[in-house]
Amino acid sequence: MAVSGNVSPAVIQTKGLTKKYGSLTAVDHLDLTVYKGEVFGLLGPNGAGKTTTTLMLLGLAEPDGGEAVINGLDAAKASIEVKRKVGYLPDNVGFYSDMTGRENLRFTGRLCGLEGEALEQRIEELLARVNMTEAGDKRAGTYSRGMRQRLGIADVLMKDPEVIIMDEPTLGIDPEGIRELMWLIRDLAEKDGRTILLSSHQLHQVQRVCDRMGIFVHGKMIACGTLEELGREIAHEGAGTLELSAYPDNIKLRDVIKGMNGVLEIEKNSDMYVIRSAFDIRRALSKELAEQGYTILHLRQAGSDLDEIYRKYFEKAGEEGGTDDHTGEK
Amino acid sequence: MEQTITQEKSKQRDHHILKVLFEKETADFINGKRMLLFILLMALITVTGLYAAVSGLSDAIEGGSSSADFLFLKLFTVSANSIPSYNSLMALMGPFIGIFMGFDAINSERTEGTLNRLVSQPLYRDNIIIGKFLAGIFITTVMVFSSGLLIAAAGILATGIIPTGAEAMRLMIYLCFCVIYIGFWLAVAILFSTVCRHAATSALACIAVWLFCAIFVSLLAGILADAFYPVGGNDMESLMNEMKNYYCAQNINRLSPYYLFGEASATLLNPSVRSVNAVTMTQLSGALVSTLSVGQSVLLVWPHLTALAALMLVAFAVSYVSFMRQEIRAR
Repeated sequence: MAVSGNVSPAVIQTKGLTKKYGSLTAVDHLDLTVYKGEVFGLLGPNGAGKTTTTLMLLGLAEPDGGEAVINGLDAAKASIEVKRKVGYLPDNVGFYSDMTGRENLRFTGRLCGLEGEALEQRIEELLARVNMTEAGDKRAGTYSRGMRQRLGIADVLMKDPEVIIMDEPTLGIDPEGIRELMWLIRDLAEKDGRTILLSSHQLHQVQRVCDRMGIFVHGKMIACGTLEELGREIAHEGAGTLELSAYPDNIKLRDVIKGMNGVLEIEKNSDMYVIRSAFDIRRALSKELAEQGYTILHLRQAGSDLDEIYRKYFEKAGEEGGTDDHTGEK
Repeated sequence: MEQTITQEKSKQRDHHILKVLFEKETADFINGKRMLLFILLMALITVTGLYAAVSGLSDAIEGGSSSADFLFLKLFTVSANSIPSYNSLMALMGPFIGIFMGFDAINSERTEGTLNRLVSQPLYRDNIIIGKFLAGIFITTVMVFSSGLLIAAAGILATGIIPTGAEAMRLMIYLCFCVIYIGFWLAVAILFSTVCRHAATSALACIAVWLFCAIFVSLLAGILADAFYPVGGNDMESLMNEMKNYYCAQNINRLSPYYLFGEASATLLNPSVRSVNAVTMTQLSGALVSTLSVGQSVLLVWPHLTALAALMLVAFAVSYVSFMRQEIRAR
């Protein structure tokens, strides 16, 4: 359910948001808009300034320039109002280990102004939603990381937020846990209509769940859009990349490919040829190979998946911004 | 009009959040394993003090001191053989209670990863640290008063001494002093817990400060006083310096809360103490041998009380400011 930006109002909006730590610029004039009901992925390597950005959106860190507006409220000035509407799931969320999961939720609920019957009801509801009803009376110290993360989501939902910000939600969770988590995140956006901003450096999970994403390097957003838009932008850059494997895989195959019009470069890794070409040669290539008596086992345009996009953008950013190592995040 | 209503509302919410935090911290103290340690420590102080009082009391009476009428207060100050009195135990061990309570107040939340979850709730950040401090003070108050009143009760039962109103009042003021004294150490411990990243570092730093105040300040005071006003020579000047030397050492000593508490508690628990400073023979001439009333004793230690309370508030204010300025990140 990709929400088109023209219809829904903007929920999160930053204008020229900047944060400096000494000489290091962690976030550099960030302009970001997230619309209501969408899942937005903030992608970038460690130290790109993702956590700093999320902290500024919550008013937990003061920006050195620009502003972050959530639901029409300035995050730095109306911090309490913003925090009432925005749930934050930090990277590696922690709970009071001597208290049970239920007690932890009760504490959060009371901080958010819930009491009595309404509070208990909400706790049960949320525990059921994150599938933690049975573990609710165990001490939080005994929880696994995946359980902590799920309890974290219940904790965030205690205040019934309109916006949820998640920092590296999939880090250190097993594949099954990630699948459940992604399903839950989609559910939060689609069923409840909440806006979700998640930051990650794990591309595949994000690819599955996000409506739109922004690629974030060295404090700058270098690209933003849906997966297709990002892929298209890459494709326009020039060379397309093909993956090919064919039978029989003999020496002549290489020559046949090389002889094609438009092929720039061929690389062989294990049983796959990676072909770079000046334009799309898929049609011509398959025809040619069929004529020569080859059977195509695999032919795929690379660049349409996030890994490729990611790599491309990082290459670009590396060329522009130099390769100095930024380690400001942790 | 509308603005005042919203202000009123946000004030109420603020109080509500502080109450929730306070209750949680208090429950944490009471349910935690640390509480066992507190109770053990407090029981040790109480039992030892009581033992010293009961076994040393008869000697004190036979000694025929002039203040035999204030026997009830002697329960807290009398020591027997090598067993220290309740008061000196409190001066020495009280800081430990404060330090144990506060040394990991903030940094344990940070390492557990609960702090950034907490600050992302709709609350002002200062409520967190105020809640912790108030909960600590509350627990301290309960413990100090119960142990003090326990000694009083046991003393009454064991010796049959009935306290006068003045004595009971002195005891109450003394116990309040104990709370402020421990509160100071709690504030210091919270300060280190905001500044140090690791609980162990902050505990060691607190203990270092405590050792410095309890032992090294008096050594330092003597050395400095001797350096400024040398005494012990046979010339006129060293004779003249005698008094200045004493005052200089005393003033430096009074920077230490340990010394402040010692002086104040001695004055409060012993009505025959008439002055906390040196008194010359001229000042004493014509003075009657008598005891001070409660009001006069309190007047005497009022500066100590304000100084101790001020030290506590300064320590807390510094930790408050450093906590407010800190950026809270994931662990």
